[in-house]
Amino acid sequence: MSWVGKSLRRKEDERLVRGQGLFADDELGAGMLHLYILRSPYAHARILSIDTAAAEALPGVVCVLTGKDVLEHCDPYMQLGPEPCDKIRDLPLAVDKVIFQGEPVAAVAATSPGIAMDAGQLIDVDYEMLDAVVDAEEALTDKIILHEAAGTNRTWHGVYEYGDVEKAFRDAVHVVRIPRMHFHRYASTPLEGNACVAEWTRQGTVDFLCNNSFPGFAQQLLAPGLRLKSDQVRIRTYDIGGSFGNKIWNYVYMALAALASKKAGGRRVKWAELRTENLLGSGHGNERTFLDTEVALDKHGVITAIRSRHIDDCGAYTRYEPLGCVIWSQVLPATFKLRNMRIDFTQTVTNKCPAVPNRGYSRMQHLWFMERIIDICAHELRIPADEIRLRNYITEFPYETPNGCVYDSGNYPAMLAKAKQLVDWDKWKKMQVAARADGRLIGIGIGTTLDSGTNNFGQAQIMNPHLPFSGNAEVCTMRLDFDGALVVSLGTGPSGQGHETATSQVVADELGIDPSMVQVRSGFDTGWNTYVGHSGTYASQFAVTGLSAVHGACQKLKAEMRKLAAFLLEAAEDQLEFGTGAQGPEVRVRGTDKAIGYWQLSNVINNNNAMLDERMADVTLNIRHVYRPPFRVPDTKRKFGNLTLTYAAQLHIAVIEVSRETSRAQILAYAAVDDCGTVINPQIVAGQVHGATSHGIGAALMETFDYDETGNLLTSTFSDYCPITSLNIPDIAYGSIQTPSPFSYSGAKGMGEGGGAPLHSISAAVQDALYEAGVIVTGSHHSPPAIFAALQKPNRAQAVSVEKR
Amino acid sequence: MSTTETIDLVPIEVTVNGQLYRREVEPRLLLVQFLREELRLTGTHIGCDTTYCGACTVQLNGAPIKSCTVLAVQADGGEILSVEGLAKDGELHALQKAFSEHHGLQCGYCTPGMMMSAHALLAANPDPSAKDIRKAIQGNLCRCTGYQNIFKAIEAAAAELRGDG
Repeated sequence: MSWVGKSLRRKEDERLVRGQGLFADDELGAGMLHLYILRSPYAHARILSIDTAAAEALPGVVCVLTGKDVLEHCDPYMQLGPEPCDKIRDLPLAVDKVIFQGEPVAAVAATSPGIAMDAGQLIDVDYEMLDAVVDAEEALTDKIILHEAAGTNRTWHGVYEYGDVEKAFRDAVHVVRIPRMHFHRYASTPLEGNACVAEWTRQGTVDFLCNNSFPGFAQQLLAPGLRLKSDQVRIRTYDIGGSFGNKIWNYVYMALAALASKKAGGRRVKWAELRTENLLGSGHGNERTFLDTEVALDKHGVITAIRSRHIDDCGAYTRYEPLGCVIWSQVLPATFKLRNMRIDFTQTVTNKCPAVPNRGYSRMQHLWFMERIIDICAHELRIPADEIRLRNYITEFPYETPNGCVYDSGNYPAMLAKAKQLVDWDKWKKMQVAARADGRLIGIGIGTTLDSGTNNFGQAQIMNPHLPFSGNAEVCTMRLDFDGALVVSLGTGPSGQGHETATSQVVADELGIDPSMVQVRSGFDTGWNTYVGHSGTYASQFAVTGLSAVHGACQKLKAEMRKLAAFLLEAAEDQLEFGTGAQGPEVRVRGTDKAIGYWQLSNVINNNNAMLDERMADVTLNIRHVYRPPFRVPDTKRKFGNLTLTYAAQLHIAVIEVSRETSRAQILAYAAVDDCGTVINPQIVAGQVHGATSHGIGAALMETFDYDETGNLLTSTFSDYCPITSLNIPDIAYGSIQTPSPFSYSGAKGMGEGGGAPLHSISAAVQDALYEAGVIVTGSHHSPPAIFAALQKPNRAQAVSVEKR
Repeated sequence: MSTTETIDLVPIEVTVNGQLYRREVEPRLLLVQFLREELRLTGTHIGCDTTYCGACTVQLNGAPIKSCTVLAVQADGGEILSVEGLAKDGELHALQKAFSEHHGLQCGYCTPGMMMSAHALLAANPDPSAKDIRKAIQGNLCRCTGYQNIFKAIEAAAAELRGDG
C-alpha cells in the first residue's frame, strides 16, 4: 500500500472549511492593542516635522511611534547587496525622508482598530515634496537620488557572458534585433494581508504570531533589527492566507508591532494590514526592461546566441534584492540549447513600492524575455511557432547549461504534443484561418517555461562575494509519541500547499501506518527547534527539501525503533519487519508472533526504561533531521555553478481572440501541461498548476501596478487592480507528464510557481493575433488599453529588424 | 471592544447561526468586526476594504452580503448565517465536504465567504449551470485555486443536495 502518489484528502481542510483556521488576524485576546500605520501620501518627500500630540491625547491611544523611536530602538536591517547597497538604511519607519507612496511614517497602538485609525488621522506630518523618479532608465541617470548615502540609484551591475558570442554573431545566418521589451509590475496579492501579533515579554523576548513565509530568514533580520539575540525572537505561524513569496518581506514592519508592545509595557499588539496598504506599500513583483536585444540564428531558425541589456526595477528598497539580479540566471538559456549568451544586468531603485519575491520570482521575467525572443523570431522568419520550439528545445538530460546549472530531467517535445492535444490545436489552426478571412483576430500562443526549485544559496555570492550564504537545507523533527502516533514538525510554514497532508503520505509509507496516525503540526515555531536559516516555503522546494527532511527523519527513527525492538524482542535487527498487527502498528520478528507495538516502544523510552542498558543510551525516538542538497559554492568570477537542484517545466497553450471593437483579448481555450517529476499528491499538484496559471492569466490580461509620473499608484484598491475573478478565468485543460528527477530521493521536483507560463503563452497568442496588423508584442500586459494603443500605432517597423546574411 | 468616550453605543439584537446575541456597539462598527471581534467568530475573514474580495461574505436574512459593507447596527433584528453555522451537529455540510473532496481550497482564506455565496446560490437554484456558478461567486476572489476546483466543488455539492450525487 502506497500513500505517495494518491490524492489523499487534505488534513488541513477539516479546520479550514469549518472556519476554524487560525490566521494571524484571528488571534484575539483581552487587552490586545491594535496598530495602525500612517503612510506617506507622497512618493518622494522630506519629512520636516511630525506632531503626534493630538493623536496621543485621544482616549484609547496607548502609544505612538515615529522615526525617532525606531532610531532609538532599532538598527537598520541588514542589506544583502555589496556597495552601495550597504549604505541603504532600511528601518521600519521613515526617518527624515519618504521614498515611496505608502511608506510608513508613524504608527499608533490603541485599544481598538477604529481608535488607532482615528488617531492616525490626527498625526500632523509636514512634508516637503521632492521630484520623484518612477522610470528605471531615468533613475539610472542619478539626477534624482533616493538613498543619498548610497550616492547612486544603481544597486547592482554585472555581466553574464558564456560561450563565444562574437563568433556566433559572425557565423549567424539571421540576426534579429529587438530594441526594447518590458515586463510589467504586478503581484499575486494573497487574499490575507500581512499581519502579526507581537508581545514584548517580561523576559525581554519578543513573541510573534505572524504570517511570514520565510521565517528562517526573517528571524535573522528581525533579531538584530530589534537589537536582540536570535533566540530572543520567537516566530510562530499557523494558517497563512496565501503568500506566493509576497510575505517573505513582512518582517520589516512586524518590528513596529514589537516596538509598540515594548512601549505599551508588554501588552500584545496586533498589526493587520488593510488591502490598500497592502497594494501601496507591501511588495510588488520586479519590473524589468530588456534593451538592445540581438539574436543570432542559423539557417534552420536555431538560436545560436543572444546578447542584451537588462534593467531591473526593484522599487524603493533592496530588501530581498539584489538577489533577483542572479536568481534569473538559474534559467539562463530557458528551455533552449543555445550556448552563447551575454547579458548585461543592472538593477536600480525607483520611487515605487519595494519589489519582493513573487511567484516565479526573477526567473519568470527572464523566461518571458526568452519566450518573446523565440516567438518574435518565429514570426519574422516565418517558421511555425511549434516547429521553431522543437528545433531549439533541449532534449538530452541531465543538461548542463552554459552557466553550469544542471537541468535534471524533462521532455519538452512530449509536453508540447500533450498540450496541443489538450487544447485541440489542429481545430484552432483551421478556425484561425477561417476567422481571419472574416477579419477576426484569433491568435494561438505557446509558452514553455521552467520552475527551477531548491535554490543553491551560494548564488547569493555571485551577487555579493562576501555573503556567508550557500547551499540549502530543511528540517523535520519526528517523535514517536506515547500513543504510538508519529508527531512531526516541519520548518516550512506553508500557506496553502498542503504540507501536513503530503508529509503524512510520506511518513505513512515509510512507517507502514495509516496517514491518520501521523500528526503533522500546523505552521512553524522557532520554539520547536525545527528550523535552519533556509526554513520556509518559497522557491518551489518543499517536495525536495521538506520531504527529503521528512524521509530522512523516518529512516533515522526506524533505525532507532529497529535497534530498540531488537533489544526488547531479543532478535537480530535484520530479522525484524515493520507492519500492522491486531493491536496496530508494530515491529515484529519475521515469521513469528513476537512483536512490539509502536506505543510500547515509545513507552519504554519515555516511561518504563529500567530494563534498558547502555547499548540503548542513544535511542530517544525523537529525531531531528536536516536535509542538505549536494551543492557547491559557484565560481563567482565566472558566474558559473549549479544554482538549483530541480527543474520542473510547464507548457501552456493559449487561444485568444482580440475584439476589434473593445480591444479585449478573450481566452477561447487554454491548456496547461506540467512536469514536476514524481508526484506526491496529484490533486495538490493540479491545484498548484491551476493557481499559478490563474496568477499568470490575471497578470497578462488584467493586473498591473501603474504609477503616474509623480509616483502615485493608480491601482491601489482591488477595484482598480482587478484581480482575476470567476468570470475571467477560462476552463483550464490540465495535463501532466512525469520525468522523475535523478537528484531527489523520490524523483519529485519542487513546483508551484509555474514559471509565469501564461504570460508567455498569452503574449505569444496576442502576437499571433496581431502580427498581420503590424504589431510586435514587446510588453507583458495585454489589457484593452494596451491592445488598443498597439492597434492604433502598429510598431513593427521600430520594434524589430531582421538582418539576413 | 473598546470605544471612544464620545460615541454613544447602540443596543442591537442579532441572531447568528441560530443563537441570539444582545450587544451594545459603536454605530460605525462593521458587521464583520462585530462577528469577528465581539462574537469571536473568526471564520469570516477580511481580504480588502472596498467590498471587492468577498472573504467576509455571510448571509443576512438568507441573502449573501459582504459583511465589511454592512454596519452591525444595520443587522439589528436580523438573522446571520456564517461559516460556523454550516455544519450541523458536527457533521459537515455538503458544500464543506465537496470543497475538501475536490480540493476547492488551498490556503482556506476565501473559503468561508466562497461557501456562503455558494450556499445562497444553491438555496435559490438547486441545479445551477456552470455559468450560474461563475456568476454566483464573481464577487468572491480566490488567489490560490484559479477557481477550477471551486466550480467542481459547487457542482458536486449541488448534486449531493439534490440527491443525485
